[in-house]
Amino acid sequence: MALPVKTAQFLEETGNIARFTGRFFTQWFRPRYEVAEFFRQCYIIGYRSLPLIGLTGFIMGLVLTMQLRPSLVEYGVESQLPAMVAISIVREIGPVITALIFAGKVGSSIGAELGSMKVTEQIDAMEVSGTNPFKYLVVTRVLAATLMLPILIMLSDAISLYGSYLGVNIRGIVSFRLFWTQVFDNLSFSDVLPAFIKSFFFGFAVGIVGTFKGYHSSKGTEGVGRSANSAVVVSSILIFVIDLIAVQITDLFGFN
Amino acid sequence: MAVQEALKIPAQERTTEKEDVVLSVRNLCKSFGKNIVLNDFALTLHAGENIVVLGKSGSGKSVLIKCIIGLLKPEKGEIKVLGKDILELDREELDKVRAKVGFLFQSNALYDSMTVRENLEFPLRRHWIKVSHQKMDELVKEALEDVGLAHTINMMPAELSGGMRKRIALARTLILKPEIILYDEPTTGLDPITGKGIIELMVEIQKKYHSSSIIISHDMNCVKTASDRVIMLIDGRCYAEGTYEELIKMTDPKIKEFFE
Ligand SMILES: Nc1ncnc2c1ncn2[C@@H]1O[C@H](COP(=O)(O)OP(=O)(O)OP(=O)(O)O)[C@@H](O)[C@H]1O
Ligand SMILES: [Mg+2]
Repeated sequence: MALPVKTAQFLEETGNIARFTGRFFTQWFRPRYEVAEFFRQCYIIGYRSLPLIGLTGFIMGLVLTMQLRPSLVEYGVESQLPAMVAISIVREIGPVITALIFAGKVGSSIGAELGSMKVTEQIDAMEVSGTNPFKYLVVTRVLAATLMLPILIMLSDAISLYGSYLGVNIRGIVSFRLFWTQVFDNLSFSDVLPAFIKSFFFGFAVGIVGTFKGYHSSKGTEGVGRSANSAVVVSSILIFVIDLIAVQITDLFGFN
Repeated sequence: MAVQEALKIPAQERTTEKEDVVLSVRNLCKSFGKNIVLNDFALTLHAGENIVVLGKSGSGKSVLIKCIIGLLKPEKGEIKVLGKDILELDREELDKVRAKVGFLFQSNALYDSMTVRENLEFPLRRHWIKVSHQKMDELVKEALEDVGLAHTINMMPAELSGGMRKRIALARTLILKPEIILYDEPTTGLDPITGKGIIELMVEIQKKYHSSSIIISHDMNCVKTASDRVIMLIDGRCYAEGTYEELIKMTDPKIKEFFE
């Protein structure tokens, strides 16, 4: 029985990504370690994304607070506003929105960069210059993305809550101290931990998909554009899928 | 030679095998799917010799030298470079051989996120060559002076013209003072004058460092000036072989095509 072309392509692509991921796991812990390049990538992937992540986080917190207020007022639980916002940001909105923005910025730039290196034979040139390009280009970027995204998400959460503090104070007055007391009193370990753990997986997904699409870019400039584009699309979908799996697992462990 | 010393290659090991054959290819077969590119190809390169490989576009010339350097895996055949069987080596040993073989890419393959200086330093750093900062600087400057582009040291590849990029790529290939150099179309896409300059440079470098080389070219000027021997790659195999003067006298129509 012949599979429909699209299905066959999808399965083949999935298989290739799986093999690529397998290759990552067999190579990342073996010397030689590309330490300098890893830190350079952390700087590019992490530090350079800060302004964007900070801005979107701030707006997210502010807007969410203003949107939630009317319903809470209606039920007379306006005082619970900081707690509501904190829980929704830390558990879900912060990680997912930040990861999606990260996929858009970092995933596409990794896809385009490696894609153009591939089509202009720069990856081959590294290979003949005594470098394992998989380690030098792929492993460093995947590790940097995996480690930087959780940090970015924590920062984004914090900035969101500052935005939310401003939002609370647009109507009505809550002191800075009272706001943070309410936030931390209502956040439990079981809110923070699952969100923290899943953010590593988000980062890993963005890194693997971006490098995979770039590394296997087809020839020509069109191929480069396509790898950048599909890096964003596929990693965004993966982020939602991981989120779905994560919520099932936390549910299973009774973390709710 | 500082680089070779740093690589810990004893002087007597520099020339290998009897009759100083530095590179030999036998029974090489390579295909992509149904497209048979190389079919039982053979070639021998002696120390200090320049071979030009001639062939139509798409005849598999680039594939041939990519097999030699280990970028592509052939289905069958034997490739010996400096006495080592390329297809049998593990990564570490392969890197050691690659440090002694220069490769000029058809598309130059300059790293466009790095400056010219970083481009040239890359092979030096990556091949674990222990040279001082000062020495590295000297080597970079020397390589750039060889190609007459010392002033571009801090520029990005995107700021250079096509011919300049080719010359920088050549400098990067030569910085390790390779014993064997594989040139993939060093003059294609250049004006005749710049092309001639590059050919002269190649000959000069060969004299200066006593290297051997395989040159892929369509450029008759290049064949005439730089070649000791010419190999015609037709239908995936070595169709004819000889000096330029010998080949030009041949009457076979497939060979005649090239020299008209
Ligand atoms: N990575 C690859 N995958 C599939 N086919 C390839 C690949 N590389 C080369 N080929 C095929 O091998 C054949 C020979 O290609 P090659 O690049 O060696 O040609 P060439 O002789 O260098 O031509 P040119 O003078 O135009 O550079 C072509 O038919 C090409 O389609
Ligand atoms: Mg070619």
